[in-house]
Amino acid sequence: MTKTTYREALREGLREALKEDDRVFMMGEDVGRYGGCFGVSLGLLEEFGPDRIRDTPLSESAFVGAGIGAALGGLRPIVEIMTVNFSLLALDQIMNNAATLLHMSGGALNVPLVIRMTTGAGRQLAAQHSHSLEGWYAHIPGLKVITPSTLEDARGMLLTALRDPDPVLLFEHGSLYNVSEELADDAGAVDIERAAVRRSGKDLTITAYGGTLRTALAAADDLAAQGIDAEVIDLRVLRPLDEAAILASVTRTHRLVIVDEGWRSGSLSAEIAARVAEKALYELDAPIERVCTAEVPIPYAKQLEEAAIPRPADIVAAAKRAVG
Amino acid sequence: MADFLMPSLGADMDSGTIIEWLVAPGDKVQRGDIVAVVDTAKAAIEVECFTSGTVEEILVPPGTSVAVGTPLARIGSAEAGSEPEPPVAPLPERPVPALPEQPRRSTIELASPPARSFAAQVGVDLETVRGTGRDGRITHADVERARPDRRAIEIGGGRLKISPYARRLARERRVDLSSLEPGSADGALRARDLPAITPASTTPSAEPPRHTADPVALRQTIAALMARSKREIPHYYLSATIDLKAATDWLREYNLAVPVTERVVPAALLLKATALAAVKVPELNGHWKDGAFRPSAEVHLGVAVALRGGGLIAPAIADADRLSLPETMRRLRDLVSRTRSGSLRGQELTTATITVTDLGDNGVEAVHGVIHPPQVALVGFGAITPRPCAVGDLIGIRPLVTATLAGDHRATDGATGARFLKTVTALLQKPEEL
Repeated sequence: MTKTTYREALREGLREALKEDDRVFMMGEDVGRYGGCFGVSLGLLEEFGPDRIRDTPLSESAFVGAGIGAALGGLRPIVEIMTVNFSLLALDQIMNNAATLLHMSGGALNVPLVIRMTTGAGRQLAAQHSHSLEGWYAHIPGLKVITPSTLEDARGMLLTALRDPDPVLLFEHGSLYNVSEELADDAGAVDIERAAVRRSGKDLTITAYGGTLRTALAAADDLAAQGIDAEVIDLRVLRPLDEAAILASVTRTHRLVIVDEGWRSGSLSAEIAARVAEKALYELDAPIERVCTAEVPIPYAKQLEEAAIPRPADIVAAAKRAVG
Repeated sequence: MADFLMPSLGADMDSGTIIEWLVAPGDKVQRGDIVAVVDTAKAAIEVECFTSGTVEEILVPPGTSVAVGTPLARIGSAEAGSEPEPPVAPLPERPVPALPEQPRRSTIELASPPARSFAAQVGVDLETVRGTGRDGRITHADVERARPDRRAIEIGGGRLKISPYARRLARERRVDLSSLEPGSADGALRARDLPAITPASTTPSAEPPRHTADPVALRQTIAALMARSKREIPHYYLSATIDLKAATDWLREYNLAVPVTERVVPAALLLKATALAAVKVPELNGHWKDGAFRPSAEVHLGVAVALRGGGLIAPAIADADRLSLPETMRRLRDLVSRTRSGSLRGQELTTATITVTDLGDNGVEAVHGVIHPPQVALVGFGAITPRPCAVGDLIGIRPLVTATLAGDHRATDGATGARFLKTVTALLQKPEEL
């Protein structure tokens, strides 16, 4: 075991991917000389050279489109977009091209592209750099959406995503880069199919992912001190959802609290709630609770930003309502 | 004085368990009243009593399993002259123009005493209850369905909230939710408000809910019956393709003229035609018993109903040859829903004289069925499908159905079966007469 950070775990994953396969290269704004705007790719330009670590002009649509072209041409591009807010400039490329070409070519053209981007609030970056829009992408057939929340997943999800023949979007929550924990020295590729039970419990199920997992685990600790035994599920993959894992947990606990940093209306949390209502209604012993971000653009002011996004106390309150 | 015995609810039944008594000592019962609910391997069955009189003693308590023929209760003879006409008086031998329903009793008179007292106890107005028993009699189950507290329980004017999970557990554990107090802050009844499981009962999920057949036992029953059929009965098989153009055209016109709820599906036509054919070819309508065929004067048409949880039960529509088409439709719908909810009556499981299996909904072309002993014939229908066929000297597209007959070669020969299918075919060409 070695003490390391989420940022370094991501970088190790990138490094291994670049070493393992000559076809892998990385591009994006400031990924080379600057080392990535969150420092994830620091040192990789020096190690792998400018052909494989490429700085791009400030045009998301152009460099995501170039990534799609490279993928069609046989390479294995990793495209970094600074934040999910900026990915909207490339939405046409992501949705109309990357996600659809396999379908529209009758199965002839796979797009083996991985797009990494930062998501989420909590760093006082205000409304144009802080939103959680991964739930929008989870709406789109043709994409796979993954959200590493642990160091192990930060280290291993990218490798598996690169082996996937179709486009994968990897969301890194901005508040996680500095998280420092022990990571096994032999950590490597992990599955990108299943949700994971991060804490077992019998009284209620809390689902979370990415940046909200730690919030949910903190809430579960608070609840344990009050005699309520919460199970915490890390969704890990937002599309396709590991529905079976959610239903299995709800069947054990009969209560569900969904934590989602997206806005409540039309969100991934709504999708999860709907599926549980469709497939496990008669397991539910209380109304489904959702803890989501307030329906405002993320505020800049620290106390307002904190009040807008899911906090452990909000989850604890929802859990107590569910337990009744 | 007569003993009420554990009835045989099928050729395959050796024993049964009393689930519930619907009468108590001192109650007056009439022939045909539902007096008890008996659990068999197939389903919970409401059983009728065959004598009139006063219940003197219950001999077998609920929960006890006893062999067929065991006395269950002692019934004293009725007071002379006080016995009204039995509601299940045998029908005349030959068809009469209309069923003898002229001196039609009111609905309330047609409710059995236990159903009446149960209705009074739970506050159900019998005038509002639709009877599903014979001749529209109101049964215990009908009252249960009409209970106002069955779904929503009024407390202080507000509807009590019950979690779906608690509702499910209550159904499985047979707990009456109206007696429980909510324990949570939001006033909703949750799973923990249910009484703890008593040691006598098994784990909650393992206990089959009431009125639902145990799938394993049901499978074994079907296995035994079907194996017996194939072991003992030399089957012969015939099939005929029937042009249903006249029938489906007529049915379309008929359905346009009636409200949606009264519409008739083609299956009802097929059943009706089969029942009438059984009258015209009586050699196929009855039972093989003690080495000889015993024809039946009545046609009780068994209808194979697939259960949602797997398995199959074939209860009978009594006197199917004398029912009008709309009535056939109503009986079919009622029988299917009661089979699936598990509220069949004993008589319905034992009396079938010939059975129909209609797998058309599942898209099969033809079904070569296994006869249900001790019956001697099973009629099968596949899907009604537009197919090309010769019409005069031309090729036409007609709705065709393949009808099959599995016959017991001990009782009849192929020629009889052929006559039967020919009769069905002819009947279906004149749907207006069905």
